[in-house]
Amino acid sequence: MIEINNLVRKFGDKYALDDVSFSIKKGEIVGFLGPNGAGKSTTMNIITGYISPTSGTVLVDGIDVFLEPMKVKRKIGFLPEQPPLYIDMTVWEYLSFVFDLKGCDFNKKAHLTEICELVKIYDVKNRLIKNLSKGYKQRVGIAGAIIGNPEVIIFDEPTVGLDPKQIIEMRNLIRSLGKEHTVILSTHILPEVQAICDRILIINEGKIIADQKTSQINQTLGQNNRFRVKISGPNKEVINLLKSIHSVTRVTQDGTREGDAFNYIIEYSGSVDIRKMLFRALAEKGWPIMAMEGVEITLEDLFIKLIDEQKGENK
Amino acid sequence: MLAIYKKEMHSYFTTVTGYIFLAVALVISSFVFSITTILADEPTSDTSSYFSIILFLMIIFLPILTMRSFSDERRTKTDQLILTSPNSIFSIVIGKFLGAFTMFIIYLALSCLNFIILFLPTFTPDGASGPNVAMLIGNLIALILVGMCFIAIGIFISTLTENMFASAVLTVGALFGLLVINGIGNLLNADSLYAVRYIIDWLSIFSRFDAFVYGYFDISALIYYISVTGIFLFLSERVFQARRLS
Repeated sequence: MIEINNLVRKFGDKYALDDVSFSIKKGEIVGFLGPNGAGKSTTMNIITGYISPTSGTVLVDGIDVFLEPMKVKRKIGFLPEQPPLYIDMTVWEYLSFVFDLKGCDFNKKAHLTEICELVKIYDVKNRLIKNLSKGYKQRVGIAGAIIGNPEVIIFDEPTVGLDPKQIIEMRNLIRSLGKEHTVILSTHILPEVQAICDRILIINEGKIIADQKTSQINQTLGQNNRFRVKISGPNKEVINLLKSIHSVTRVTQDGTREGDAFNYIIEYSGSVDIRKMLFRALAEKGWPIMAMEGVEITLEDLFIKLIDEQKGENK
Repeated sequence: MLAIYKKEMHSYFTTVTGYIFLAVALVISSFVFSITTILADEPTSDTSSYFSIILFLMIIFLPILTMRSFSDERRTKTDQLILTSPNSIFSIVIGKFLGAFTMFIIYLALSCLNFIILFLPTFTPDGASGPNVAMLIGNLIALILVGMCFIAIGIFISTLTENMFASAVLTVGALFGLLVINGIGNLLNADSLYAVRYIIDWLSIFSRFDAFVYGYFDISALIYYISVTGIFLFLSERVFQARRLS
């Protein structure tokens, strides 16, 4: 459905995108994952024809974005990072404008009603957009993007600024859109792509550093040998004890404490679960474990892992 | 293009811009009309001084219409919506232009109500002759042509900045600059350098319409004004194309 070849985009001397290539099949939900400034929005802006690349090609359904922009733009629905709303219009006026702007040729009232019901904004359709909450504004933006039933829908950070309940609703909505459309979304939140996407493209400093199925990424994340434990006992001795446990590679403190109990982050190698050993060793000394939890892997950790993996492969 | 046009008209009347423009322009025009004709020291049905003052005031009125045109779209990021829609940039520019131009025509049409009084049988300051209809229409055509250029220049300037006040001030400045250049042109005589005269002649938006003022139709002036308008609308489109690449 979408084919991107050797895309390069420079802003001045800086490379925002440096030789990016990938392709997306029809019906896939693909997540662009990367920190701010990695090139996610730039890629999306190029696919939608908002900006031009320095070099490289983008084909949507076999049509070149730069040679036949009108044809391609008709196939794409786009929700930019900041929803492009005219705040002095009512929701219905706005959607009606977008409908005309896209030159759709089906029954306007029926189509807009259907979309309003899908994104649950029918009850606010006569309100001015400027009076709506952030969550509703975001939904109006999504409604605008899916007007005209585009084959490809592109969402740039669709859940930013939403509250947890709205985020869950938004994820469900995107998943349901994914049944009939090809969806690309960007985010810097790892669990979000895990929850929604079939495939994840990880992008950093203008380069794709990983292109994997979500299940593969989950596997990578599964090898997270790290947990946080709160131990009540003399600080230095506890550290020495922890370090002496077999296969522990690193013990750090995050600086928080509760009375005489300190938090330690323990990293270990190998496949043996060291928690039992840890319990026995501490029990012998009489230092109680106050709490223990797995440390969630962050995007940065994932990057480090992926970059290490790549280096390993290159050797 | 039609969608953009409808949206422009809608926004003129839902934000205050359209009303401010119409109210300010009509109040001032009517005032100028009164003191130059019926309330002048010697009441007259000659509208030539009215039109020359209105022409000057358009430098201030018309930027109100165009100041938000593209600058607001960029500020609110709605340009991402219209530029990623299946419409050419030029058709978007034309839609915007036609919106502002329609507002200007509405103003001119309403301001023509002032002239009714000149045709009343009870108002006969210059004997029984009444106003010269050909001159009246010629002057109106001249205003329309000049206004058209001003709007195109205003739209072009609004593509350059995200700030609508900067856009308004720059437009007033640019139009005023043209007025000054026109004044310089009038001072030049045949001994001046040909190139200077040629350039100034090209920028003479404020005097090309002279034939219309005397009630004559001048096809070359018509082509001149349409060309200037076209050039600035084309430049507006270029600005967007250039921005996509930079």
